[in-house]
Amino acid sequence: MTSEPPPGQPPLGQPPLGQASVASRTGPRPKPPRWARRRTRRGDILRSASLRLAAVYAVLFMLSAIVFMSFIWWATIGLLEREVDAAINADARALSERWTEGGLPALADTIRLRLAGNVDDDALYLMIDPAGATIAGNLATWPAGVVRSDLTYQLRISRDGMRGLADVKAFGLPGGYRLLVGRDVRARAILKRLLTDTLLWAMLMVSVLGLSGAFVVRSLFRRMVRNVASTTRAIASGDLAQRVPLSGSGDEFDRVAETINHMLDRIARLMDGVRQVSNSIAHDLRTPITRARARLEDASLHATGTAEMRAAIERAVTDLDGVTAVFEALLRIAEIEAGARRSAFAELELSGLLDDMAELYGAVAEERGLTLERRAAEPIRLYGDRPLIQQAVANLLDNAIKFSRPDGRVSLSASVDAGLAKIVVRDGGIGMAPSELARASERFFRAESARSTPGSGLGLSLVQAVAQLHGGQFVIQPREDGADGLDAVLFLSVRTGPNDAAQPAVARMEPASSPDHEQESRDALLSSS
Amino acid sequence: MRILLVEDDQTVRGFVAKGLKEAGHVVDQADNGKDGLFMAVSESFDTIILDRMLPGGIDGLHLLETIRAQKNRTPVLVLSALSQVDDRVAGLKAGGDDYLTKPFAFSELLARIEALGRRGKGETGPATRLLVGGLEMDLLSRQVKRDGQKIDLQPREFRLLEYLMRHAGQVVTRTMLLEGVWDYHFDPQTNVIDVHVSRLRQKIDKPFPTALIHTVRNAGYMLRDE
Ligand SMILES: Nc1ncnc2c1ncn2[C@@H]1O[C@H](COP(=O)(O)OP(=O)(O)OP(=O)(O)O)[C@@H](O)[C@H]1O
Ligand SMILES: [Mg+2]
Repeated sequence: MTSEPPPGQPPLGQPPLGQASVASRTGPRPKPPRWARRRTRRGDILRSASLRLAAVYAVLFMLSAIVFMSFIWWATIGLLEREVDAAINADARALSERWTEGGLPALADTIRLRLAGNVDDDALYLMIDPAGATIAGNLATWPAGVVRSDLTYQLRISRDGMRGLADVKAFGLPGGYRLLVGRDVRARAILKRLLTDTLLWAMLMVSVLGLSGAFVVRSLFRRMVRNVASTTRAIASGDLAQRVPLSGSGDEFDRVAETINHMLDRIARLMDGVRQVSNSIAHDLRTPITRARARLEDASLHATGTAEMRAAIERAVTDLDGVTAVFEALLRIAEIEAGARRSAFAELELSGLLDDMAELYGAVAEERGLTLERRAAEPIRLYGDRPLIQQAVANLLDNAIKFSRPDGRVSLSASVDAGLAKIVVRDGGIGMAPSELARASERFFRAESARSTPGSGLGLSLVQAVAQLHGGQFVIQPREDGADGLDAVLFLSVRTGPNDAAQPAVARMEPASSPDHEQESRDALLSSS
Repeated sequence: MRILLVEDDQTVRGFVAKGLKEAGHVVDQADNGKDGLFMAVSESFDTIILDRMLPGGIDGLHLLETIRAQKNRTPVLVLSALSQVDDRVAGLKAGGDDYLTKPFAFSELLARIEALGRRGKGETGPATRLLVGGLEMDLLSRQVKRDGQKIDLQPREFRLLEYLMRHAGQVVTRTMLLEGVWDYHFDPQTNVIDVHVSRLRQKIDKPFPTALIHTVRNAGYMLRDE
């Protein structure tokens, strides 16, 4: 990624790795001065993450191969060497015991006996007197240079016309006699050569493998980066439909690509939301403004008397008041969603609040020939914004009354369950189609059947925002008991202070009617406002 | 009443001043914070209408805080294009007595100003009895009588009537009732107040030959003895 310059800012001199092919296609470009060119090129190589990654890969690969081979070497050749040493020492100890038991003749006898019994023909002995004459052994002469008794010497020897390699050790005996014990290690030398050859070949192959592996890593990495870079570049220049291609293998690169694509999807949906909301705003504000304008213009052109003129103006003012109301509602929702209102939170008692609301709206219901039932409930304490909760409940009651059939019943109840207060406004009204339910709390959404009733389709958007602000959720669904009408259910978290269990578990409630895009269109408005 | 109007928008200022004059008030005008502050401290007014956002370095809240710091208790109504609740709270905290967001209906402004002006005069001690025409309210025994005839009221109806009687002869808007009687600060969406007032009328006016509660077109209600 570091090799990618910010989009829209052409790199100096040689384009970085990820861009090479793109840049070469865009035709000749002016060459920068030589010094700059050289410096950038070197800088690019150092800065190329893909190359660094490949190098790290190769180095690691070879290091581990070397460690592995060293272990093999140590485990075979080293072991053999240590065994020979141990055998020589054991031999010498046995011989010196013979000397103490039987003196010189016994020792000479033992040496001869041993040589005779040596099947592998790899044992070497030599015992000389102080004058240097051989007393017993299978070596012709005492090898020159073998003096110290605490070292193992490695010698070339020739024995019975065969040349070979031997490990020997010298021991001094009382009276100036000297003893040499050794082993012929020709076999070991052959093994050593063989192993060295093998390991060298292996090393070579490992290097080739390491380098080609590094190359593969680098190209994988570059492919990934190039995919992401070209996609994001396309998006930055306005083509929101682009997505990072997947290799289909489900590997980590694919997962990164998927995450990026997911993010892009969400951004695209947010953009759609913004577009949709601003279209709605344009429509919903333009209509009353147009109406007001037409009324005023009509009055100024055609009104025949003051009374007529005044009536037209008054109606235009009403239209403008409608515009203001919509505008205010939108701002309010955006304000709530921004969480700005959390500063107004305080402890409150919900049941009493609902009693008062029921009293206020009961009269309205009665006037329309409906009954508003309020089931008495236990006190419910929670921490929230009183006017907002009142507004939300007012919106729900208003809907329930507005969409009720004559002689209908509306009920308002509340209960607490699992840290959430549940406010249910139930009506027996015209209800909504399932597809409409899902969209009910979108901004400006009004069902077909609601066109003849007054309203602007912002009531439930506000309820939804209030629910979210209070760590709850808003659900509107067909009545639980299956009768005609709707249950509008507002969940509020019942935490009792600013710091008490900030986010309650709302995840377990699958909302019947709050699809993703709804949340998003609200996010959208928020970010656009 | 003598009213100081501090508002920088000429159209709004002219319109408000004209309306207030028509309603029989004397209006002094300032179009920036500095002049407004000077007038507010050098002369005495019954109420001040103050726009929040003013040019000239001194904005509405600043002006308000300054005069309050000088122990000037003149009732102030703050006008603002900002409707967010925090702004409202800030306006009231700075010493405002009422808060109205733009755009507003003139009738709403006038009703609130007149209510404020009366409040400024101060009631002579806590009344225990309110009297308007033949209507009589005893605040201690919570009894209401009209022409000597006892009327039974629900607690909320009682509060509603009390509010209307305390503002007898004045226009009270629906929002004023919602705030003053129910202490609600939200938009009720429907004509809830009208319904409650009409219920009250059933008890107060219906059985009697003359009506005391009058509807003021495009504004609200007024309790008045004709
Ligand atoms: N209780 C209900 N019964 C039937 N339909 C409903 C109910 N509540 C809401 N709806 C439908 O959902 C739509 C959106 O409701 P919402 O409250 O957001 O808008 P509104 O009531 O039309 O306008 P506003 O609330 O802004 O005055 C309504 O237009 C209506 O079609
Ligand atoms: Mg509604």
